[in-house]
Amino acid sequence: MLKVRNLKLGYDNVPVIFGVDLDVHEKEVVSIVGSNGAGKSTILRGLSGLIKPMEGTIEFMGENINKIPAHKLVEMGIAHVPEGRQLFGKLSVKENLMMGAYVLKDEAKKKDALEQVFDLFPRLKERENQAAETFSGGEQQMLAIARGLMSKPKLLMIDEMSLGLAPVLVDKVMESLKIISSTGITVLLVEQKVQEALELADRGYVLSTGRILTSGTSQELLASDIVKKAYLGL
Amino acid sequence: MLGQIVINGLLNGFVYALVAVGLTLTWGVMDIVNFAHGEFLLWGMYGAFWIWALVGLDPLLSLPLVVVLIFILGVLTYFLVIKRVLNAPGLTALLATFGLSMVLKNLTQFFWTANYRNVTDPLVSSDSFKIGGLYIRHDYIVAAAGALLLTFAVILFMNKTKTGVAIKATSMNKSAAQLMGINTNRIFAITFGLSGACVGAAAALMASFTPIYPEACALYSTIAFVIVALGGFGNIKGALYAGLIIGVAEAVGGYFIGTSFKYLVVFAIYLIVIQIKPRGLFGW
Repeated sequence: MLKVRNLKLGYDNVPVIFGVDLDVHEKEVVSIVGSNGAGKSTILRGLSGLIKPMEGTIEFMGENINKIPAHKLVEMGIAHVPEGRQLFGKLSVKENLMMGAYVLKDEAKKKDALEQVFDLFPRLKERENQAAETFSGGEQQMLAIARGLMSKPKLLMIDEMSLGLAPVLVDKVMESLKIISSTGITVLLVEQKVQEALELADRGYVLSTGRILTSGTSQELLASDIVKKAYLGL
Repeated sequence: MLGQIVINGLLNGFVYALVAVGLTLTWGVMDIVNFAHGEFLLWGMYGAFWIWALVGLDPLLSLPLVVVLIFILGVLTYFLVIKRVLNAPGLTALLATFGLSMVLKNLTQFFWTANYRNVTDPLVSSDSFKIGGLYIRHDYIVAAAGALLLTFAVILFMNKTKTGVAIKATSMNKSAAQLMGINTNRIFAITFGLSGACVGAAAALMASFTPIYPEACALYSTIAFVIVALGGFGNIKGALYAGLIIGVAEAVGGYFIGTSFKYLVVFAIYLIVIQIKPRGLFGW
């Protein structure tokens, strides 16, 4: 589904990501893990078109998307839930969700998407008219994921969803990701919480200072010395 | 007597508010201070005047046409001037709109000379009717009602339509809006057009009782800046309330201090308010 080769990304011509290769197959859950500042968010920003590659290629569903603007990629089926949620704070829950469905032309489809996310997160339905900024961290994260789902994406990319959440909430949000994945949506996760992210994922990539250190199935990675020593403190 | 002055100020205030609504859209949503806003108003007035002079259509009737014309002027301004400097550092965008204002003003003088133009024998006359001891001019009340109606139309548009909400979303978080699939370039163009449409409407509403000449709108744009600052950047309802406050303050101030000093009161209010509430009376 997603095929990334020799991807180089940066800001103002200063490279941050140095030649990354990455594959995500249909219906997989893939995690990119690594410590703060490794460049995980930058990769997602590159994949969703917010920044453009300096070198390398990004292919989505067999098409080169290097030059396609961010808003077009949403139509093609890529949803990016950005770090720090980035909700529209003054807008209501419902309005945030409807913005998530901005690319859907069909009213019936929108309704369908709305019902699906309300099923997944009933709490959002209870508070659909409340301004997003009045929500707690966990609720905001749910809303951010729900908003990402509203465009009926093929690939859902979530950046650092555990950030600032209590452990019990992290479990809850991870749980909802399992349900999302079971509906056939491919998930690409970026996380600092290495163990939780790998436990959820089928495969993983370990990123360090802009380079892929190692990759493999989640079991392999959790058992590997690199991950154990550097990230799990074992 | 004071009641009469307040009424006149209020009626004026509604039109001020509509001009300010246009300004608050570009300022609040895009963080672009459009110095050419007053010239948009000016071109709207000339548009209304020439349609009247050449075709004989009263400004109140040509309003939809003028709205469309200045909407287009706004969209063109975005694509030809603003878009190129949107990500440029510091004051670039500000200077660009300042330059545009100079160009538009001088083009006005070049095309249509510095002569005063007046729409004579308008559809709605300057006669008054009397209500509770107060005289209300027909043309003023029609302009005020029209301005209020259109201000509500803008509020409705922003709150109830997909594009309106997308404009608000873009103003809150541009990159998140892009991630929703919103073409922010298109949204900015629409916002500039809408801003133009507001002044286009205000221009058509005023054209039948305001002398039209190249400097006619300088004051309106300055006052619009004050209103936007008072009302809170990007706050449309705030612009309406602030417009009314300024309209009344100007009229009452003019009465007590003297007409030549009436703007002293306006700017004094502004200076005091921004000291106490820098985000404006109705700011976020």
